[in-house]
Amino acid sequence: MGICLEGFRTCFKIGLFTLGGGYAMIPVMQHEIVDRRHWLTEKDFLDIISMAQALPGIFAVNMSAYVGHRLKGWKGSLIFASGTVLPSIIIILLIALCFHNYSQWHWLEAMFKGIRPAVVALIAAPCVRMWKSVGISMSTVWVPVTTALLIWMVGVSPVWIIVAVVGGAFLYGKVSQMEDDGKEGHL
Amino acid sequence: MIFIQLFVTFFLIGLFGFGGGYAMLSLIQGEVVYQHHWLTSAEFADVVAISQMTPGPIGINAATFVGYRAVANAGYSPFISCLGSLLASFAEVLPQLLLMAVVLKVLLKYWDHPVKNMIFGALRPVIVGLIGAAALLLMNEENFGRPDVTPWQFGVSVFIFVATFIGTSHFKISPIRMVCYAAVAGWLLYI
Repeated sequence: MGICLEGFRTCFKIGLFTLGGGYAMIPVMQHEIVDRRHWLTEKDFLDIISMAQALPGIFAVNMSAYVGHRLKGWKGSLIFASGTVLPSIIIILLIALCFHNYSQWHWLEAMFKGIRPAVVALIAAPCVRMWKSVGISMSTVWVPVTTALLIWMVGVSPVWIIVAVVGGAFLYGKVSQMEDDGKEGHL
Repeated sequence: MIFIQLFVTFFLIGLFGFGGGYAMLSLIQGEVVYQHHWLTSAEFADVVAISQMTPGPIGINAATFVGYRAVANAGYSPFISCLGSLLASFAEVLPQLLLMAVVLKVLLKYWDHPVKNMIFGALRPVIVGLIGAAALLLMNEENFGRPDVTPWQFGVSVFIFVATFIGTSHFKISPIRMVCYAAVAGWLLYI
């Protein structure tokens, strides 16, 4: 029960304070789940990002459902996912019920002008940190650089890059396994 | 009737919604404004603005708001409209939860398999590049202003960017706290 309740509260907090969509959630989740609560290692966290990105649907919901599943199985994934979406639903319903003149919110617009560059920094910072934890060396540096350039300059969807890498790694793994089997066969 | 349509529409949006919140918004617009005429274009513009300005995933914000407005525009009471928004949000996340169940079932079977480890090992540096690209894509006029047109906003934005970067990565300040500081700074400087 402890982890479920704590997880719900943590995800609720993440959902409540994440502005600017799914990617902005990565640093907040990393801070709360990897650094503060040590529920996952940084490598596990990266693996969950790749799964969440490869599948359709809302990135933040995928992320929290996977984290919840890692910690507490199916029950965990439902609890964590609902914690993430509940603040959004409550806030939007309040707005839909109570406010009608959205264009008058100048103060909110001003706050958002300050928040937007901060959110960009929040997304850039974990990139540097993950660079170190993945242990990117001279021989692998081309992988993140090519990925970033393909998405940024060419406009390739991240989903295709993940699909291509999964396919490539799968074939490579199968072939090297078959070679190993072949060697054993000769001996 | 509208409830069944709402469920089917958002289920499909959740199923085909690759590529994050903004990609999802254009899918929602196509279905909700042009296909079903539940909302007018002006109402949808409100949905986009509110989805971006409120916390949480953009896709959930939009589904909740559209669900409410669609049912309210069909002439139902606010209470029934709230149920419409819950239904739309639930329908939107249902396909990904079902897919996840399938994927995890397969994955757990091969958890210690060397090929599975190889795949995730190969993906890790790719994810670093992916997040880097997300940050680069967001370094645009909309978020920072332009040095020639709005130099004040550009200067403030660069300062907030650098301060947040150093604050979270070097001084380990919580990202939530940093966003609050940035909001206060924006409020003081731009109002």
